[in-house]
Amino acid sequence: MKQKHIISALVENHSGVLSRVSTLVSGRGFNIDSLAVGETHDPTVSRMTIVTVGDARALEQVIKQLGKLIDVIKVVDINTDEMIDRELMLVKVNAATQSRSDVMQIVNTFRAKVVDVNPNSMVIEVTGGESKVDAMLELLTPYGISEVVRTGLVAMSRRSTLVAPAKVALKTKKLKATKEEALALRKREAAKKKSRQMAKDGL
Amino acid sequence: MKLTGAQIMIKSLELEGVDAIFGLPGGAILPTFDALYDSKKIKFYLVRHEQGASHMADGYGRATGKPGVCLVTSGPAATNTVTGLATAFMDSAPMICITGQVATTAIGSDAFQEADVVGITRPVTKHNYLITNANDVARIVREAFHIARTGRPGPVLIDFPVDVSRQVVDFEWPEEVQLRGYSIPSHGDAEQIRKAAELIKQAKRPVLYVGGGAVGSGANKEVLELVEKTGIPITTTVLGLGIFPEDHPSSLRMLGMHGTVYANYAVQKSDLLIAVGARFDDRVTGKIDKFCPHAKIVHIDIDPASISKTVKVDVSIVGDVKPVLRQLNKLVTNKRKDIKEWLDQIAEWKKKHPLKYRKDGEALRQEEIIARLGEITKHNAVVTTGVGQHQMWAAQWYQFKAMRSMLTSGGLGTMGYGLPAAIGAQIGRPGEPVICIDGDGSIQMTMCELTTAAYYNIPVKLFIMDNSHHGMVRQWQELFYNQRFSGSVLGPSNPDFLKIAEGHRVLGLRMETHDEVDSVIKKALAHKGPVLVHCIVAKSDNVYPMVPTGAALDQVMDMA
Repeated sequence: MKQKHIISALVENHSGVLSRVSTLVSGRGFNIDSLAVGETHDPTVSRMTIVTVGDARALEQVIKQLGKLIDVIKVVDINTDEMIDRELMLVKVNAATQSRSDVMQIVNTFRAKVVDVNPNSMVIEVTGGESKVDAMLELLTPYGISEVVRTGLVAMSRRSTLVAPAKVALKTKKLKATKEEALALRKREAAKKKSRQMAKDGL
Repeated sequence: MKLTGAQIMIKSLELEGVDAIFGLPGGAILPTFDALYDSKKIKFYLVRHEQGASHMADGYGRATGKPGVCLVTSGPAATNTVTGLATAFMDSAPMICITGQVATTAIGSDAFQEADVVGITRPVTKHNYLITNANDVARIVREAFHIARTGRPGPVLIDFPVDVSRQVVDFEWPEEVQLRGYSIPSHGDAEQIRKAAELIKQAKRPVLYVGGGAVGSGANKEVLELVEKTGIPITTTVLGLGIFPEDHPSSLRMLGMHGTVYANYAVQKSDLLIAVGARFDDRVTGKIDKFCPHAKIVHIDIDPASISKTVKVDVSIVGDVKPVLRQLNKLVTNKRKDIKEWLDQIAEWKKKHPLKYRKDGEALRQEEIIARLGEITKHNAVVTTGVGQHQMWAAQWYQFKAMRSMLTSGGLGTMGYGLPAAIGAQIGRPGEPVICIDGDGSIQMTMCELTTAAYYNIPVKLFIMDNSHHGMVRQWQELFYNQRFSGSVLGPSNPDFLKIAEGHRVLGLRMETHDEVDSVIKKALAHKGPVLVHCIVAKSDNVYPMVPTGAALDQVMDMA
């Protein structure tokens, strides 16, 4: 039975990780409804929220496969019954003078904000759970929507906390150069010096 | 000490214990090849095609358990390794592939010999890296080896831009590997193991199903102990061959699409299937919803994602096969009296449906040659194969008894794997006999590596089973496509293999009649150098038993 699921993952904040995660999820045949990602309070860790549709068995596979990725530190399936979920949407809606007050009423009911106005349209910002944002969109549709941009859901569990272990400095040791290595290094330095000298002499 | 990125790369490989690298130079990888030139610890093997290098690294990895290493340049060289990486990925073979890359400042500008290798190889590697700073080289090499050989092994790619390889930095060797997102299961949950032991105790018709994971774990002693202690019959996948001696009375040999009838019957009629390091691949299960209908399933695997992926299991144990079996073996007891009826039934099936092959007519049979190869080498050689009929016959007729002796592309099914994998395996196991059983179709894909074998005098023994066809395709077309042999007839267009051997400076031998089999095999094995044996075999035989796609395992077709 197909259901919507929300996957939350803590990932290493490296370039390419987003691509890795999305390639894996789509490569295994799962459809991503939305994907939101951003840094956490630990700058080495980013958090991704993926909304996908599928049956529970398929979801289990996605989570396990994501867990296998080296760059994924922790991944959980957020229990939709006890989560806080939010999404932000900007909507550009036609609002010539006669419909403006109607639109404003909808804006106020949803505790949304008007962030831009011009003679023919206004841009409204609304934040809330998915159902609130969907409802707002539905109510504004009759007035004529010209543009919509949504961030996709971010979510957090009320009961548990998703945390990544802190990065610890890597211990390294310096190794002594062998005789050959030291010799090769000296040769290289001498060659560099020579070519610098030749460049100076205009050769 | 201050070293260039390239020198750090080579030194890091030496510190990781690398003694062989297979590869081919090019612009972006020149500084690394220059550093390699000075190495006293690493021997470099120049190949003719980068795909060959990648299969050699794979063969080395499977034969030794240590990651094999290939070193190639950017662009087309890197893309030539994709098949090798995908082959290793599907079969969990440990290997490291280092590819050159254009300068970091040029990445994304469609530069000469540039390719987004990290992007292209993402789905076919366990992990991959693009090095952007020479200070990261040592850490990345260390991490790459750790990832390649631990947990479920796999290929790791390191993309190495040319400017980073020229950067001079202080060399510091990491004392440890820190990967927050990577954990290695080992011992398995004690409670789950106890539950499994309980199911084993109660089972009346148990079967052990063992795969490549047991080989990767090196668990032959533990598997043998489990079988000898309990008396439970054991069947293996193609990658599990060699984990258990096939001539042992408890062995059901290989199961699946071309496995033995008795192994397939046993699995379908069992009431407990104990899966050890195997992944319920579609070649093994037949029609999934008809697979193992009466059994509870215990699954021991190091990869949690493999558990309940296609088949729902009852007791799952996430862990490394060796330590898990050690624990399990402490809890199990002799079941021979308990399952006597089951063992009698299996013995009856074995008697009624042994493996057999056609002996009509004059033509030489692949099965015959392979069986003799097995007997003459005392089932102790390292065997590699291409893909197709010869591969299945090699799995059925060689009779394996040693771990890491059957090197074949089971998951991806890569034609052309045989010869380069044999070369890599021979380098990893010098002094041991290494035999490549190949098809006339498969061998032509990577035949150029005969030069590599000749140049370094790598004494692999290549047996080309020439049936003038793409045999497996011909079989399917005969059985399911009304004998419309579209694109499967090689005969008239095949090159003269003996002239090819001569041209590549390799000893060429021919085998065409029954009385030549033993003498040619012995001559080939005795020759102190690479040998190509051209075997002229029956043109239109089919591999049996066979479970066609869509059929359940017990609907296996056998020879009349």
